[in-house]
Amino acid sequence: MTDLTDLGIAGIRDGVRDGSFSARDVADAFIVKVSQAKALNAFLVETPDHAIAAATAADTARAAGETLKPLAGVPIGMKDLFCTKGVTTTAASHILEGFTPTYESTVSQNLWDAGAGMLGKLNMDQFAMGSSNETSAFGNVISPWKRNDGNGVGGNAALAPGGSSGGSSSAVAARLCPGATGTDTGGSIRQPAAFTGISGIKPTYGRCSRWGTIAFASSLDQAGPMARDVRDCAILLEAMAGFDSKDGTSLQLDVPKWEAGLSASLAGLRVGIPKEYRVDGMPEEIEALWQKGIDWLKDAGATIVEVSLPHTKYALPAYYIIAPAEASSNLARYDGVRYGIRDLPAGSGLQDMYAATRADGFGPEVKRRIMIGTYVLSAGYYDAYYTQAQKIRTLIARDFEKAWETCDVLLTPTAPSAAFALGEKSADPIAMYLNDVFTVPSSLAGLPAMSVPGGLDKQGLPLGLQIIGKPLDEQGVLNAGLAIEQRAGFTARPEAWW
Amino acid sequence: MSDYRIQGDTGEWEVVIGLEVHAQVTSNAKLFSGAATAFGAEPNTQVSLVDAAMPGMLPVPNRECIRQAVRTGMAIEAQINKWSRFDRKNYFYADLPQGYQISQLYHPIVGEGAIDISLDEKNPDAAGKRIGVERIHVEQDAGKLMHDQHPTQSYVDLNRSGVALMEIVSKPDLASPAETGAYLRKLRSILRYVGSCDGNMEEGSMRADVNVSVRKPGDELGTRTETKNVNSVRFVMAVVEQEAKRQVEVLEAGGKIVQETRLYDPDRNETRSMRSKEDAHDYRYFPDPDLLPLVLDDAFLEECRASLPELPDAKRARYEALGITAYQATVLTAEVEAARWFDALLDAGVKPAAAANWTTSELFGALNRTGRDIANSPVSPAQAAELLGLIADGTLSGSLAKQVFEVMLETGDGAAKVVEDRGLKQTSDTGAIEKVIAEVMAANADKVADYRGGKDKLFGFFVGQTMKAMGGKANPAVVNEVLKSALGESVAP
Repeated sequence: MTDLTDLGIAGIRDGVRDGSFSARDVADAFIVKVSQAKALNAFLVETPDHAIAAATAADTARAAGETLKPLAGVPIGMKDLFCTKGVTTTAASHILEGFTPTYESTVSQNLWDAGAGMLGKLNMDQFAMGSSNETSAFGNVISPWKRNDGNGVGGNAALAPGGSSGGSSSAVAARLCPGATGTDTGGSIRQPAAFTGISGIKPTYGRCSRWGTIAFASSLDQAGPMARDVRDCAILLEAMAGFDSKDGTSLQLDVPKWEAGLSASLAGLRVGIPKEYRVDGMPEEIEALWQKGIDWLKDAGATIVEVSLPHTKYALPAYYIIAPAEASSNLARYDGVRYGIRDLPAGSGLQDMYAATRADGFGPEVKRRIMIGTYVLSAGYYDAYYTQAQKIRTLIARDFEKAWETCDVLLTPTAPSAAFALGEKSADPIAMYLNDVFTVPSSLAGLPAMSVPGGLDKQGLPLGLQIIGKPLDEQGVLNAGLAIEQRAGFTARPEAWW
Repeated sequence: MSDYRIQGDTGEWEVVIGLEVHAQVTSNAKLFSGAATAFGAEPNTQVSLVDAAMPGMLPVPNRECIRQAVRTGMAIEAQINKWSRFDRKNYFYADLPQGYQISQLYHPIVGEGAIDISLDEKNPDAAGKRIGVERIHVEQDAGKLMHDQHPTQSYVDLNRSGVALMEIVSKPDLASPAETGAYLRKLRSILRYVGSCDGNMEEGSMRADVNVSVRKPGDELGTRTETKNVNSVRFVMAVVEQEAKRQVEVLEAGGKIVQETRLYDPDRNETRSMRSKEDAHDYRYFPDPDLLPLVLDDAFLEECRASLPELPDAKRARYEALGITAYQATVLTAEVEAARWFDALLDAGVKPAAAANWTTSELFGALNRTGRDIANSPVSPAQAAELLGLIADGTLSGSLAKQVFEVMLETGDGAAKVVEDRGLKQTSDTGAIEKVIAEVMAANADKVADYRGGKDKLFGFFVGQTMKAMGGKANPAVVNEVLKSALGESVAP
């Protein structure tokens, strides 16, 4: 009998529908896997009851001959940035320790409404700030992957699963869940997906409601799915997306039938290759994979055009002004007054309480970004930093608009390197920020973008390719991703050591 | 220009005043959440997840609050900005759950407008002045701290947190306490007409920040101070007077005015320093990334415009055109409830002059006496119209009408019923009147002789005696006519 945890979302859904196995069997299998994988530290909270309840509902519905919901019988992992009713939600920060929402985020509610169940809350970089998962207040997540040079320098080193959705990437790659939610502000879905050999898509800004998702940078934050293949991403995204009147930036559009629209035949598609993404010091293997990606898309019928996105080099600095600026304000609510921790030194007043609570509650990276954000918004610096960064953001969006005159999607590497070892970059924030160099521009422009696995480097670690699409053209992105997936034949998986 | 001057030791000083008025928008829900806004509710019962700034909560603009701000802008003939944007004003305080207030710094919804004020009710047009309004923007109110609930801790009540305010910023066009008071009253009147704010300063739904500076006539503007959160017209006028006086004293003693925030202490009638500019927060304003720019379409603006009522100045002009005196027109239009009451009276068919006379003297007098406002008048416009109809058709004399009105005030009965029940109907029965007059003349033969001898003034005596004898119910016109003829009859040619 097949190991049910080897199945993806489509496989589980179809199997439950046709009675090959019960939803309860699926839930139980994953619950066991989760409980055995503590070494990965991917889950902050395990919620077997939630998964079992959803599975039982699916089995009962099937027994009663009812039409099953789109995700009936599918257990998933939920990034801890999504508020879940009655289940502790901390954004992996000490400042929210013990916080249990009385409400359910729109995205998670949409998933439950579609029949999915929750295996648990997934670890992440604190407040989604980080690219390695090392900023979590509850210990870093460890990637299930290992380098194949066990006898070399750092050979058995624990690797970063990417960030900020590192719990999601690690859990999906290790088959602890068939799919998970992620959020992406500057690459937090795509980079961890690339690091762990899975797929992930950040939809157009506004597709997924932000209501009930703990905010990092409001104008950039977007939820999206992470799963083992493109089809599973399409299925999950269909359930997550949709207009929400409680989010003023939510797009008032129907959700397309992305799964039904999947097609790997790319005849007539024009794929742009942005020359500015050929950065100095990029590993040869990534260059080579990029070229393979170009060949695969050609093979699928696409034509390739070189395009220019001239303001690309300004994207990272602009992002690291805008995102911290918004974060410095968004995180002001964690003040010890209403929820989370409160540090009130004896005999102290309100200001002391703020200072003590926030000093104790936030991790160093969160503090760094709050300080950067406070600085760039302060009187006398606002125009030099924030206003300039917004201008750059406009220019970057214009670069993409110009590119769409000659192409339909863009193909780039997802990240400038494969997964690095934990601790390798944590001492140098700039080196860490550089990991977002390929993912940040499309975030600033609010465009749909996904990462699909393309192959392994010579150390045996996965590398991802990124497809960026026009606004609202998730279908075009998914289809190009599918074409790569079919040709890359990526079947590698980490060997269980945990 | 106002001729208000402060006499200092070094000569005369002018005062320059600007007001920032915070007006709570009349709406069932808060600016960015669905929570209710009832005044005086139990603490923390009018609070949504958004108002408490729970993690992941997002603001969504309330259309009604936006509509009220636009209608207010239209009522002061201001520019309405079809594109506006919300900004965050960042600061930490326990009554501010988000750690920022959502306001509009850079692109307010309403631009420049004006309010005409008058300093003389009797001659409103001659004593008028146009006060510029710089802008109106909408923003969130904060919650409230309660310091008297616990010996060492403060309590937070978030009922008010997130309630919509309009901040109405005047230009520094005001030059005296009287002008400032007139501006504030006029603004309140307009807000009440429009229905965008109840103007209730006691409940805090309207508060003013008072900016005051002084200068020698013709000089550049002086340094201003801002006295925060003043909550009555009288106090605002007192702030202007006290603060201007204080500034003159400081300057004449060789001191400097510090740009600062001050508080008014009504018990001591003085302003006190709260914080100086040096301690001022850096609010780090930036566009709220949770909210898209607010774009108003033409249909929305048209609906706002169409829903505006007749405003005080237009109403006053209309009343004057109906032959009502300028003074009465001003009094009748100052408060929207009075104007509404009066319009109903006109609609019931009462002649404008008679309606205005009766309303401003009899009705307002009675309301004053009984300490009621017109919204709670015991006599409805329909009942008053009935009463005035009985005067017009001669059923009641002026004095009988007063008696009937008194009974109406007490019992709430209609005029006709009171007349019927109490037999207060006026008589025009010539025969009965002639009979009484004959008796009066017979009883006062000496005075008849005096009258006929040329003492014309005694005519009033005979009218009075006749009315008295008839219990006040005789038609005065008929009495006059019959008396004239009776007294004149015997006059020898």
